[in-house]
Amino acid sequence: MSVLDRWLPPRARSVLLTPILVNNPIAVQVLGICSALAVTTRIDKALVMGAAVILVAAAANLAVSLVRNYTPGSIRIIVQLAIIASLVIMVDQFLKAYLFELSLELSVFVGLIITNCIVMGRAEGFAMQNPPWPSFLDGVGNGLGYALVLLLVAFVRELTGAGRVLGFTVLPLVSDGGWYEGNGLMLLAPSALFIVGLLIWALREWKPELQEKD
Amino acid sequence: MEHYANLLVRSIFLENMALVYFLGMCSYLACSKKVETALGLGIAVVFVQTLTVPLNNLLLRYLLSDGALGWLSPALAGVNLNFLAFIVFIATIAAAVQVVEMMVDRFAPGLYSTLGVFLPLIAVNCVILGGSLFMQERDYTFTESVVFGFGSGLGFAIALVALAAIRERMTYSNVPGGLRGLGITFIATGLMSLAFMMFSGIQI
Amino acid sequence: MPDVNSTRYTIGFAAIVSVVCALLVAASAVGLQSRQEENQRLFRQKNVLLAAGLLRPDEAPTGAEMRKIFDRHIEVRLVDLASGEYMAEGRIDVETYDQRRVRNDPALSRPAPPNAAKISRLPTYGAVYLVRAGGKDAPVEQVVLPIEGIGMWGMMYGFLALDRDGRTVRGITFYDQKETPGLGSEISNPKWQALWVGRQAFDASWEPKLTVVKGAVGPPATDPHRIDAISGATITSNGVSRLVGFWLSDEGYGRYLARFRAGDTS
Repeated sequence: MSVLDRWLPPRARSVLLTPILVNNPIAVQVLGICSALAVTTRIDKALVMGAAVILVAAAANLAVSLVRNYTPGSIRIIVQLAIIASLVIMVDQFLKAYLFELSLELSVFVGLIITNCIVMGRAEGFAMQNPPWPSFLDGVGNGLGYALVLLLVAFVRELTGAGRVLGFTVLPLVSDGGWYEGNGLMLLAPSALFIVGLLIWALREWKPELQEKD
Repeated sequence: MEHYANLLVRSIFLENMALVYFLGMCSYLACSKKVETALGLGIAVVFVQTLTVPLNNLLLRYLLSDGALGWLSPALAGVNLNFLAFIVFIATIAAAVQVVEMMVDRFAPGLYSTLGVFLPLIAVNCVILGGSLFMQERDYTFTESVVFGFGSGLGFAIALVALAAIRERMTYSNVPGGLRGLGITFIATGLMSLAFMMFSGIQI
Repeated sequence: MPDVNSTRYTIGFAAIVSVVCALLVAASAVGLQSRQEENQRLFRQKNVLLAAGLLRPDEAPTGAEMRKIFDRHIEVRLVDLASGEYMAEGRIDVETYDQRRVRNDPALSRPAPPNAAKISRLPTYGAVYLVRAGGKDAPVEQVVLPIEGIGMWGMMYGFLALDRDGRTVRGITFYDQKETPGLGSEISNPKWQALWVGRQAFDASWEPKLTVVKGAVGPPATDPHRIDAISGATITSNGVSRLVGFWLSDEGYGRYLARFRAGDTS
């Protein structure tokens, strides 16, 4: 048995990969987009936000799964909420200590991970019924799926809006003596909605079984 | 007075929770299929938001911020519990929603049948937590927080009802298969967001 | 295993979860607090140095280096905005004084008179940063003032550096603003900020005179009081004009600046 099969048996692999490609939380389940779009004006912000969500989702799933057999049903939601809120506070404290200027730009959106439907949804929907290791993988997978969409949107917005990728100039702007006239709309809020809408369209043309009937 | 009027207009139109900050999107998309449902959720959000933002403001001022415990005893004046803000906010919101639900059930059963189902949904709605977090970040005074709480809730409700009206109309349109439902809703929300940008820079 | 749904168990479980979460959160908050405070101080120091031109926008010194530059060249003092005099030594700790936070403290702020910069409360004491390029004992060459005011989306915070003559702008920065990306937020662009250097903040009778205007603006020598506005960001540009005017007026740092140019730098 290879190392991969030992730690990532086919079932676990599908737990990890399904939310990234097939059942993406943003594009398919439409969860957790609340906080997602306002941080997509730049790739570095999206990257940090994505990492924070992966961390919180994985750790919250792990913790919730560890105590799942001891958690009384009547207070399970508030227990999940307490675990998630504690994790988010820790992530926020960490960002303020080590990535200060970026944490200023992310402002309230780190705190809003608490109410991110992905984190809550996976804790209640998956971790409450599954052992720790698959739960952890499920958290990582869903976090990755979320981060992927975030990065994609941020890439399009930063490139077309400011002519940059991760802060490096790719298309020199006219205002800096280059040739590219930055698309201001891409830096404004509505563009994120258009991009996600088009993304969903593309995904559903590719996988017609996801299309809605009504 | 002018200051508060300005804040109200800003929080309803300019800094619209749904269309500018994309908060509460999950329920925004889920509850906007019918105007009636949207109206129910909208009223519930306004109600809870106007209640929790000032409540959290008081908690922040008298319990959590740097030196806030000074009124209890001078020995506690150096304590800064700011890091607990998230957990206190979410607990206040959950408790407030619970109390409101019980009160509505007890005193206004008629209202409960329309509003009741939305209240539990609101406890984990980003708009509500976001309102309190913005209040903290922008350092609002108590009166400002009342105005902001009401305004931001109302802004969300307006956007929600408007989208629901658009979606009701859209049932009769021939939308391409892949875009049907969610995709076109995103695009419509984007166009609404664009329209709301018209208000930017307005000052009274 | 005990009955997980009994009331006693539920309360006990809730208590354990609360204690564990509280411990973890408190440990991380306490453990990282000093680092966070240091970050905040460094961020402020960096922006003062940027405004004073002692740090170039493309430089990224480490925390310790920045601290060294700041301590060598900058002296922080508090001034009573109403009289323009320096605050008596030791009344408030200058190191930890946060001008943005005192607005909610009735003991340290007062309602502002109606003003175009939409500032609702004024601090009693304002920070000034005296800049000595030659080090501790050299003469003061510039003064850096914190400025703030409303833009299109919210408050804009920055620093303005004035020369020893109390008139010539040596630099400006905006470090916290929520203006439209790509348009109004260009006020944070060093290229635009460079347009300010060398302009005259006051006219001959010492009235604040700087305005941000649309259209062709000449070099500082021939066009001393105007700065080229950011195209497509009229409201932000007007906001900057107003806030600079406000902080240079007698409601803001005007009284202090009158003393400063008369030679009061001790």
